[in-house]
Amino acid sequence: MTALVIAEHDNASLKASTHHTVTAAAQCGGEVHVLVAGANAAAAAAQAAQIAGVSKVLVADAPQFADGLAENVAEQALAIAGSYSHILAPATAFGKNVLPRVAAKLDVAQISEITKVDAPDTFERPIYAGNAVATVQSSDKVKVITVRTTGFDAAAATGGSAATENLTPVADSGKSSFVGREVAKSDRPELTAAKIIVSGGRGMGSADNFKILEPLADKLGAAMGASRAAVDAGFVPNDWQVGQTGKIVAPNLYIAVGISGAIQHLAGMKDSKTIVAINKDPEAPIFSVADYGLVGDLFEVVPELVKAL
Amino acid sequence: MKVLVPVKRVVDYNVKVRVKSDGSGVDIANVKMSMNPFDEIALEEAMRLKEAGKVTEVVAVSVGVAQCQETLRTGMAIGADRGILVETTVETEPLAVAKVLKALIDKEQPQLVILGKQAIDDDCNQTGQMLAALLGWPQATFASKVVLEEGKVSVTREVDGGLETLALQLPAIVTTDLRLNEPRYVTLPNIMKAKKKPLETVKPEDLGVDVTPRLKTLKVAEPAKRSAGIKVPDVATLVAKLKTEAKVI
Repeated sequence: MTALVIAEHDNASLKASTHHTVTAAAQCGGEVHVLVAGANAAAAAAQAAQIAGVSKVLVADAPQFADGLAENVAEQALAIAGSYSHILAPATAFGKNVLPRVAAKLDVAQISEITKVDAPDTFERPIYAGNAVATVQSSDKVKVITVRTTGFDAAAATGGSAATENLTPVADSGKSSFVGREVAKSDRPELTAAKIIVSGGRGMGSADNFKILEPLADKLGAAMGASRAAVDAGFVPNDWQVGQTGKIVAPNLYIAVGISGAIQHLAGMKDSKTIVAINKDPEAPIFSVADYGLVGDLFEVVPELVKAL
Repeated sequence: MKVLVPVKRVVDYNVKVRVKSDGSGVDIANVKMSMNPFDEIALEEAMRLKEAGKVTEVVAVSVGVAQCQETLRTGMAIGADRGILVETTVETEPLAVAKVLKALIDKEQPQLVILGKQAIDDDCNQTGQMLAALLGWPQATFASKVVLEEGKVSVTREVDGGLETLALQLPAIVTTDLRLNEPRYVTLPNIMKAKKKPLETVKPEDLGVDVTPRLKTLKVAEPAKRSAGIKVPDVATLVAKLKTEAKVI
């Protein structure tokens, strides 16, 4: 029994989501191999070989893997799928895009966003925006799984010394091509990897008002997030969105400012270690999950908080 | 050019579901059902392409129980030209839905299929990608912008950290993210008009598809509850608590 993890990386380095996925793979009971499909991705492959618990790294290095096109990455995984009992990827934009293609071609179900491995064939996953947790058992010959990274600790980035094997790259599908990327430049930590997150909601009132959260995030070294309401209102970009249809986060400290706490938002952050809510409405549902609630006008409270830190 | 839009009947966005006491699932009896919000966005996008003269026909498809006819009527009120219900009482998994859709697509020959990125009930986020793989088509998931050109579609996608743009050869699969568009309100005259539009019903067996689930749900439970903490009177108390009690700053 061996599990294959499809690594998420940007060729230069592995994304933390890969380390969390390795932990879930190890819990499936056998050896863990990692597939790095990239272009000039030797650095990412070398990092994969150092992850504690990984016994082999398979590298497919070719230009058609440069931008993680689902068609090509899935095909590469399928080329080696026959040797594995489990195939896993992080439940991130990358993994969600690639893995269902693999499952469909293997004619097996995919088990999405698992939060727990109960047995090698039994897994727990949230449904209905996290309002229920389903325990599902798969009788398929290969278990194809995306992993909710907040459900599993990251495997240690060093300590391993896996063998590396080069694979013959599969051909480019020729049906899709990468045109370009607009990546938001930010000195702040990435939302899903941040230890502290400062999030704003509809209560912020405008895109301009969101700026009052910046000094707070700066002071705490925090990432910035938002509720769907704030994204829908156009205050901030969509990749800030925390919730059922956005990112799932579980930082040490989550500060929710002007967020009422719709169930869809709570689904994305309720596993945070400590939650602080700042809201002028004492009845706001966010207070039902907050460890510390402060009822007040955020435009007064936030600057005061910055000063007090 | 024809566009196919699969739509799913799900528990309404605003309903907070309850887990059944025997742990067999969630209680959806007498609960308001609606079209999956991401599918509404998919249908709206198809309509905009049609209104721009780039698409000639929009076909809405649903897989599920007889009541999915209501979902399809809503789809036709938004503007779909006709509907196809693949009727089954089996709780279909994404792989089964993808197989059903593939069989329909083999018959209907659309150039573009637009789907919601995920359904808000099972939160799977699989069907579009699976369908693309089964058809051997290219895919662009989590779309925030779709530009249809001669023989290709250019799609801007929401990815972690920003946006990326892909160019796909047609035929292709697109799945929608939230910001792609804002679906229109359904008007009464359009609801009346939708009642007269053709709605065909077939069974999975007619399409030669086995929809038997592959996964067994052993139990469905309430998530671990997070208990409410305390209200602090002022900023100074909050900072003190974070430092000494929670020890997170």
